[in-house]
Amino acid sequence: MLAVQTWELTKRFGSQTVVDGIDLAVPAGSVYGFLGPNGSGKTTTIRMLLGLIGPSAGRSELLGLPVPGQAEAALHRVGALVEGPAFHPYLSGRANLARLDVADRRADPRTSRARVDAALDRVGLLAAAEKRYRAYSLGMRQRLAIAGTLLMPRELLVLDEPTNGLDPQGTREVRALIGSLGSEGTTVLVSSHLLSEVAQVCSHLGVMREGRLVAQGPITELQGAATRATVRTDDGEQAAYVLRELGATGVSVDAEHAQVRGELGAIAPEKAVAALVHAGVAVRGFSSGAPDLEDWFVGLTGEGFDVSG
Amino acid sequence: MSAAEVSTAGAVTAGAVTAGAVTAGAVTAGATTAGVPSRPVPGWAWRFFWSEVRLVAGRRRNQAGLAVLAAVPVVVAFAVKASAPRPGRGPDFLSSITSNGLFVALTALTAEIAMFLPLAVAMLCGDAIAGEANQGTLRYLLTVPVTRTRLLFVKYASLVFGALWGVTLVAVTGVLVGAALFGVGPLTTLSGSQLEFVPALGRLGLVVLYLTACLASLAALGLFVSTLTEQPMAATITVMIVVILSWVLDGVPQVAWLHPWLIVHEWMSFGDLLRDPVSLDGAGRGLWVALGYAVVFLAAAWARLSGKDITS
Repeated sequence: MLAVQTWELTKRFGSQTVVDGIDLAVPAGSVYGFLGPNGSGKTTTIRMLLGLIGPSAGRSELLGLPVPGQAEAALHRVGALVEGPAFHPYLSGRANLARLDVADRRADPRTSRARVDAALDRVGLLAAAEKRYRAYSLGMRQRLAIAGTLLMPRELLVLDEPTNGLDPQGTREVRALIGSLGSEGTTVLVSSHLLSEVAQVCSHLGVMREGRLVAQGPITELQGAATRATVRTDDGEQAAYVLRELGATGVSVDAEHAQVRGELGAIAPEKAVAALVHAGVAVRGFSSGAPDLEDWFVGLTGEGFDVSG
Repeated sequence: MSAAEVSTAGAVTAGAVTAGAVTAGAVTAGATTAGVPSRPVPGWAWRFFWSEVRLVAGRRRNQAGLAVLAAVPVVVAFAVKASAPRPGRGPDFLSSITSNGLFVALTALTAEIAMFLPLAVAMLCGDAIAGEANQGTLRYLLTVPVTRTRLLFVKYASLVFGALWGVTLVAVTGVLVGAALFGVGPLTTLSGSQLEFVPALGRLGLVVLYLTACLASLAALGLFVSTLTEQPMAATITVMIVVILSWVLDGVPQVAWLHPWLIVHEWMSFGDLLRDPVSLDGAGRGLWVALGYAVVFLAAAWARLSGKDITS
């Protein structure tokens, strides 16, 4: 059962394709890290998932219901934080949440106060509940927006960059909150441009780059698929040939350091060693292992400050 | 799980909360795993409408606007009192004020329906959709979710309420200040006959309703404009340009054929309601034109907002 699914979902603004035919699959009960650099199309995708903007092509389902067709029925079961917090500046935090709550047709007005306070408490804002929103720091605003998603029981939380503007302490708290929500059975789709902020609590990852979904799956599988082997040998070309024959990808020979590297994928490392020795390669050393997740992410999205157009 | 089971689970959660188990754990534990309430709680439209009204009324700028609207009858009354001509001299209009306080309210409404009241409505229109879009709160209302049709309906209702509030404030302030400075007495209708004070108040009530209907048609136009932009000021200014242009065209005899279709053309016809018996010549036409504008622009606002990409 998928909480979110899209088929060839595409969004064009004028001549620019911001989201390019992505097939998102967020399993129910997962904590799905939706990653990618700024400008890679994450927020536009999330806006389409929530029915705020219409797709140029393709379609999407939220909790099994088509969006925008049955968006209302689906959205009642979804809490969303989209592109940063937004509230009425001259109302207090509590009054802002009360306003969101009153807008919800299924929210019981008799329990509104209790639910608002519980949500504020959960994000640590209860002490500042009566302060005007305009006096809130960016971190407090972010917390208030997260509290807004917790006013009602939800099956799915969509959190777009929830750690934006938070200090390291706040980031840890939000991460812990996502973890505890996930363990309570709520599906969480959390986007971030920083892998390190969410990876610890995610069960699944999806990576966007320039409008395309370049990787997606359970975190263990994604890491497993990236198992990298390093062979120390003088017979570089021969070793590379054997590894390629086995089905390894990205095989490269580093003659200077007498090393050959390659991605093993599903190939068992011991099988690779046996094949190398059998082929008469003088193996001086062999190591394999999953690369650092961060390296894997950077490999997918590129490094540096360039915002993808 | 059947629908019945889901709603029971929801009821249990709600029960736990009302019973006083207000700890974060109790509420959110229910909140995250127990089912989402499957049915709306009745009375939503009223609750959201009053929340909207409180939001509008709580805003300092709007309170200042109301103060300005209320100041006009006060200024009129004191200015007339200070320069009151002796009986039998000076213009008829002014001497009729000095003989009956009700005329303060009517004079103030005449003065304000041209610009001040439309401006007040235009400001509220700017906030309605464009203002929410500008702040980003629109996307959060839509993901709550409030459907776009319901949002427009409630926003329009609150705009009409705002118009009624503004017109009533001017009228009531006018009556109170007028009564205090000039006393109360029978009202001389435009037909020359006399109306007792209480029936005259009823006529003033009709005038208030008529002007509210006129402003409600402007509010529909403003709501449509508000869906076109994310800048509340741009929406307000656009609405005011329409109003001013309409008044200008209404004064140009060369385009007389256009006059009956102008949104403001019959606004001053509220005088019809002060005849004896009440005439609906101009005011009746005015109501039809207002209805026409309201229907056309509400439909346009709905079409626009329904298909709009919310990128703010």
